[in-house]
Amino acid sequence: MTLSKPPLWEHHGDRGAKFTEFGGWDMPVEFDSIQTEHAAVRDDAGIFDVSHMGQIHVTGPDATELMQRLTSNDVTRLEVGDSQYAVITDEEGVIVDDTVVYRLPDEDGEPTYLFVPNAGTDEAAHERWIGHRNEWGLEATVDNRTDEYAMVAVQGPNAPDLVEEAADGSVADLGRFEATYATIDGVECWTARTGYTGEDGFELLFPSTEAERIWTALDCQPCGLGARDTLRLEAGFVLAGQDFDYESNPRTPYEAGIGFTVALDTEFVGRDALAAVDDEGVDEQLVGFQLIDRGVPRHGYDITNTDGRVIGTVTSGTMSPTLEQSIGLGYVPVEYADPGTTLQVVVRGRSKKARVETTPFIDTV
Amino acid sequence: MSFDTPDDRRYMESHEWALEDDGVVRVGITDFAQDELGDVVFVEFPDEGDALEQDAEFGVIESIKAVSDLYAPVSGEVVAINEELFDAPELVNEDPFGDGWMLEIDADDADELEELLSAAEYEEQIA
Repeated sequence: MTLSKPPLWEHHGDRGAKFTEFGGWDMPVEFDSIQTEHAAVRDDAGIFDVSHMGQIHVTGPDATELMQRLTSNDVTRLEVGDSQYAVITDEEGVIVDDTVVYRLPDEDGEPTYLFVPNAGTDEAAHERWIGHRNEWGLEATVDNRTDEYAMVAVQGPNAPDLVEEAADGSVADLGRFEATYATIDGVECWTARTGYTGEDGFELLFPSTEAERIWTALDCQPCGLGARDTLRLEAGFVLAGQDFDYESNPRTPYEAGIGFTVALDTEFVGRDALAAVDDEGVDEQLVGFQLIDRGVPRHGYDITNTDGRVIGTVTSGTMSPTLEQSIGLGYVPVEYADPGTTLQVVVRGRSKKARVETTPFIDTV
Repeated sequence: MSFDTPDDRRYMESHEWALEDDGVVRVGITDFAQDELGDVVFVEFPDEGDALEQDAEFGVIESIKAVSDLYAPVSGEVVAINEELFDAPELVNEDPFGDGWMLEIDADDADELEELLSAAEYEEQIA
């Protein structure tokens, strides 16, 4: 398989980045060091190339209904310039993917949306939208624009000032999850006050041909996927393909701790199954934990109770650069999910004591 | 990118270095290895007095992104471990051939070092 390259691939290489495969893309994992990049985002500002994320454009008289019936949140609440986090579920209510849905300005008088599925899932999402549009006889145009868009995230306490200055102040009034078109160095960028780090900041979408211009205009610490992972984990954000996976770890949004994305008063694929789960409750749920003993939890490690019986699995884990403590996420039966509960994580054959913690692990915006 | 490879010591293909002084062999990992690992956050070593076999695992090093086993360059008894690394594992990144050393082995047979790579041979391996 050939890996896709972000438009700034060569630029990153020249800057000394190390690369890793992620979702079929060859992405920078580290520019300087994960800890340096992580600290820049917590204390100052950092910029991430997230062009591996997908972009699906949906417009037409029935665009709102199509979006409503294929995502879990209530799309009708979105006015132009609003966005929301949502999941895409199957008939059983199992998460296929998670996404952010942006409502763009109307095009040709019709409601218009852009949603951002995870790396490598854009083609499946596009097919899913087209298939259901045809099945339901809805009038909407669905375009996969993943290759046309580049995307960067500028995150950190000083990120708003940096972006506002570059955009001549036009984004200063945006609240969380609000977005607008802003011009940066002559390039029109869809600029949203969203992110995946727990810090304030923006995510910007713009034509991939302009990637170097925007990257250069928003000059701050370049950050790779390594720091993106430690930052999102401290903030308690789940990662598709890791904290849930349609094939290897199928989960409902309630199990995954993102039930807030489910608007049961709307009609969408998986809604009835999720209403039943909401009614009956879950057997297992994703919890945050901190390791008390020395060690680093990793994806796939067993979680046991204090008797040593395996009760769950670690889905994400790292040494938190901010807390200098080992933290992680994993699924456990609900009777072990209360904060303060003592668990064990099996690290290379040895049981290490852990404690269930509330997430986020740090203060976030 | 170029890496330090001091020629006063021997090297393993698995990226440990071994520096002998009067039958005692000090062990660490190379500049190349610490760069590949990135930020080192955790080390696990044997206890003083433990016996090690050449080429056998003696410990673990973890960075934020990876876990790696450590291998003994010679057989012998562990006579010292660098406990500073438990609180400051970043020393491995900052000074892999100096303050980032890991342990000292009283070698059963210091001639075992002859089986390891020279600095020039190791440089060729990582080139």
